[in-house]
Amino acid sequence: MKKILLLLAATFAASAFAQDTKIGAISIAHPWARATPGAVKNSAAFMSFDNKGAADKLISVTGDVAKEIQIHSMVTEAGVMKMRELKSLDIPANGKAELKPGGFHIMLIGVPDGLKEGTKFPLKLKFEKAGEVTVQVTAEKPGAQNHAEHKH
Amino acid sequence: MLLTACGNDSPTVKFNATDITGAQFGKTLALNDSATQEPRTLDSYKGKATVFFFGYMYCPDYCPTTMTTLNEALAKMKPEDAAKVQVVFVTVDPARDKPKILSEYVKAFNPSFAALYGADEQTAAVAKEFKIIYQKSQVKSEFTYMVDHSTQMYAFDPQGRIRLMIRHEAGADAIAKDLTTLVKT
Repeated sequence: MKKILLLLAATFAASAFAQDTKIGAISIAHPWARATPGAVKNSAAFMSFDNKGAADKLISVTGDVAKEIQIHSMVTEAGVMKMRELKSLDIPANGKAELKPGGFHIMLIGVPDGLKEGTKFPLKLKFEKAGEVTVQVTAEKPGAQNHAEHKH
Repeated sequence: MLLTACGNDSPTVKFNATDITGAQFGKTLALNDSATQEPRTLDSYKGKATVFFFGYMYCPDYCPTTMTTLNEALAKMKPEDAAKVQVVFVTVDPARDKPKILSEYVKAFNPSFAALYGADEQTAAVAKEFKIIYQKSQVKSEFTYMVDHSTQMYAFDPQGRIRLMIRHEAGADAIAKDLTTLVKT
């Protein structure tokens, strides 16, 4: 009985992290994008990177979901929101980098039919050292916030 | 003797947001409603507590987050109080936010939300009056660009007086409490 419970617990733990993707020393958790309201054709994708190795950089993001995909920073200066395209996103050695609402994000410009809640699409991430990996991104509610407490 | 502040005879009320009652701005507005294309001024919203937010449809993050927060705030209020609130989204990107799609956009968050648009000069005049800064950035072509813009909201009371400046990071709970107070003033 105990063994079965342990097995169940292990299975549950594994499925809870089913969305994590690994490339080299970097784990990528919970890739998601905002579903688009109304006729909006732009969206943003978010995820977090946990790096157990040397410093790395996310240098490009590509995919068929949008006409153009950019890595963006976002800052609020004196109450004014400003977005800027980045050449790369630093991922610190033995540290984390997070793409989240109100901060860094992957901007999807020109999504032909928009994104419905639940839509899944691949994005190919290229890291300077770790190389390339494809993650499956799921569209969530347009107003979705941080997912620190998000459980599946 | 009773002392009253600034000759205001209403009892002092406390808000979560910044109380800007009596501010010498946000006094005029002349734009069009995206659903009906009819002209709107501040007087159009008298009788309701009105929340104005300035943004643009192609905004990937702050605008949808703010609109969702406002929808959540209304859901936290008693229905009879929420019915006395009008949320108004003002586009700072009239070149791309055409009336029909703009109306669909705000109503995707809440069917009661309204959106206003105007010609470039009208938009600039309203933004100036409301101390809203907006500027195109990352311009790649005529229809590919971002817009940097101010993120604060303004709330008016049912008498049409500007009362609150709400920061975009204010949560739905704080906004719901403030609007519940405001609809009763």
